[in-house]
Amino acid sequence: MTPVATTFFFYFLSVVTVVSGVGVIMRKNPVHSALALIVALLGQAGLYLMLYAPFVAGVQIILYAGGIMVLFLFVIMLVNIEKAQKEEQFNKQWLAGLAAAIALGLLFVFIYAKGRGLFPDRAIQMPEQSNTQQVAVLLYGSYMFAFEIASLLLLVAIIGAVVMAKKRI
Amino acid sequence: MTPITTLHYLVVAAALFVLGVIGVLTRRNVVIVLMSIELILNAVNLNLVAFSRIWGLHGQIFAIFVITDAAAEAAVGLGILIAFFRNKETVNVDEIDLLKW
Repeated sequence: MTPVATTFFFYFLSVVTVVSGVGVIMRKNPVHSALALIVALLGQAGLYLMLYAPFVAGVQIILYAGGIMVLFLFVIMLVNIEKAQKEEQFNKQWLAGLAAAIALGLLFVFIYAKGRGLFPDRAIQMPEQSNTQQVAVLLYGSYMFAFEIASLLLLVAIIGAVVMAKKRI
Repeated sequence: MTPITTLHYLVVAAALFVLGVIGVLTRRNVVIVLMSIELILNAVNLNLVAFSRIWGLHGQIFAIFVITDAAAEAAVGLGILIAFFRNKETVNVDEIDLLKW
């Protein structure tokens, strides 16, 4: 089965993602930034689907757009945004920011110009099993130890967040 | 109609990464700085998934681990932010200068 209108969907999702990314760093109100970030994450989930990674796309939507962004919105609600909104939004590091951005952009251009041959475009062989099945086999097989360490990391993060956000222990 | 290659995805990821770096360096609100860090992590994830189309599924596994990391980082970072806001009544990064000499 050949994919339909790949070019159109790629450019559409890319433009949605990048424009929402600009919105994240330019909006004055943090709630608007969070909503723009949700749109960017959804656009990126679409890009994952185009890359034949439906499991990662689902994780992206459920965990990022559903979980982490709710956390962000709760914290925006807890801290005082009315006062912060009236203040200056950007610090006096425009020059450093611009210089870093230009340097990074040039680095990317240089690497892509040099390493074009390093990114071959093989024909994608569609696997017999589904993507989720293969991810599970790898995750519970060769990446078993890393998986357990990740659970430990989440436990540490939960304890740390509770300890820091609690008024007195 | 040129076909969409891996390079196209890498360019999108690079744009997202640069946007995140600009946000981290220039915004004053800590919440938006944390969101910019999420943008950077997402750019890396897009790279990993794009390469996993060529070199097998390991990139997708790594992307899942990066998402786990992002969740832990957001929880701890926002916990620190709440604790700090309770003490100093500010969310601006340039007023968080207790360790500045």
